[in-house]
Amino acid sequence: MDKLFHLWVYLETTPLLGLAATLVVWRGAVWGSSFLGTNPLGNPMLLSVLTLVALLLITSTPYSAYFEGAQYVHFLLGPATVALALPMHANLSRIRASARAILPALLAGSVVASVSAMLIARLLGADRTVVLSLAPKSVTTPIAMGIAEQIGGQPSLAAVFVLLTGLSAIVLVGPTMKLAGVRDMRAQGLAAGMAGHGLATARMLLVSETAGAFGGLAIGLNGLITAVLVPLLAGFLAG
Amino acid sequence: MLNALTVLILCQFVGEVVARGAGLPLPGPVLGLLLLLGWLVLRDRAPDPALRQTGGWLLAHFGLLFVPAGVGVVTQLGVLRAAWLPLLVAIPVSTFLGLLVTGWVMQRLARAEPPDSP
Repeated sequence: MDKLFHLWVYLETTPLLGLAATLVVWRGAVWGSSFLGTNPLGNPMLLSVLTLVALLLITSTPYSAYFEGAQYVHFLLGPATVALALPMHANLSRIRASARAILPALLAGSVVASVSAMLIARLLGADRTVVLSLAPKSVTTPIAMGIAEQIGGQPSLAAVFVLLTGLSAIVLVGPTMKLAGVRDMRAQGLAAGMAGHGLATARMLLVSETAGAFGGLAIGLNGLITAVLVPLLAGFLAG
Repeated sequence: MLNALTVLILCQFVGEVVARGAGLPLPGPVLGLLLLLGWLVLRDRAPDPALRQTGGWLLAHFGLLFVPAGVGVVTQLGVLRAAWLPLLVAIPVSTFLGLLVTGWVMQRLARAEPPDSP
């Protein structure tokens, strides 16, 4: 027992534990989600986050100790965001062909999603940090965290809201498109990528390749639009 | 693989330096994305297979890359407990409105173009 304790103390001081835990839990979650099929609660990211949170709470490990190792995975979000240029480049001709529709659609959706989130939260009594952290919630995590930090929100809170938004979008995209009578796969994909970033886009890729391509485009462009617009809007709306 | 990763990190690095140096309201990786896109457009040929492979590998595991930040929720449990009601309403409703507006506007404006089969 004593030996085990010393081993634990040693492992806690190295980044190895957090890194190994993240990768192993992710593998387990991917495996587990294959049984849950298309159930959005079976999303491997959600399963991984819930499992790791439970592990940290049970072992009373501070997040900073976990992140010591997990940061190596987290770091790759930056290069992965840069890599979004590749699907955008591959679809450049199709994107150019419908640029006149894409830009107004993304601009309108981006403003509506961000402003409605901030207004509703503020009206229902959320504090300023929460309201500001909600502003970039539709955007892919690395961009959202950057925006949240810049406007005075909480980056880790923003990351959580991004996750919850993506899960909401997965659940809502089908019924909403039906309700609005949107059958165009380009429009469905664009909406999914705008409102639910990579999570909803990955889901749309299962339905249609076209939707996936426009989703990828929406992730990148909405990131840019939101990064420019939100700092301007947030000051007014957060109160 | 290594060259491709170097290209991606270099783009992010330059993006970060320019964004912070010029005080732009864009996160470094987004500027890096634009930089890479601009470079690919200017070069006007298919991206290096290694770059496509490495980029595809990173994007295929996008979900995993979100996990460490997502676990950060553990530091915010108090905030979530205090604001659960506003969040429970604001997040789904705003997501629904965003989906609705984007999908509807896109379908209306893109109607003139040849439809795609799903």
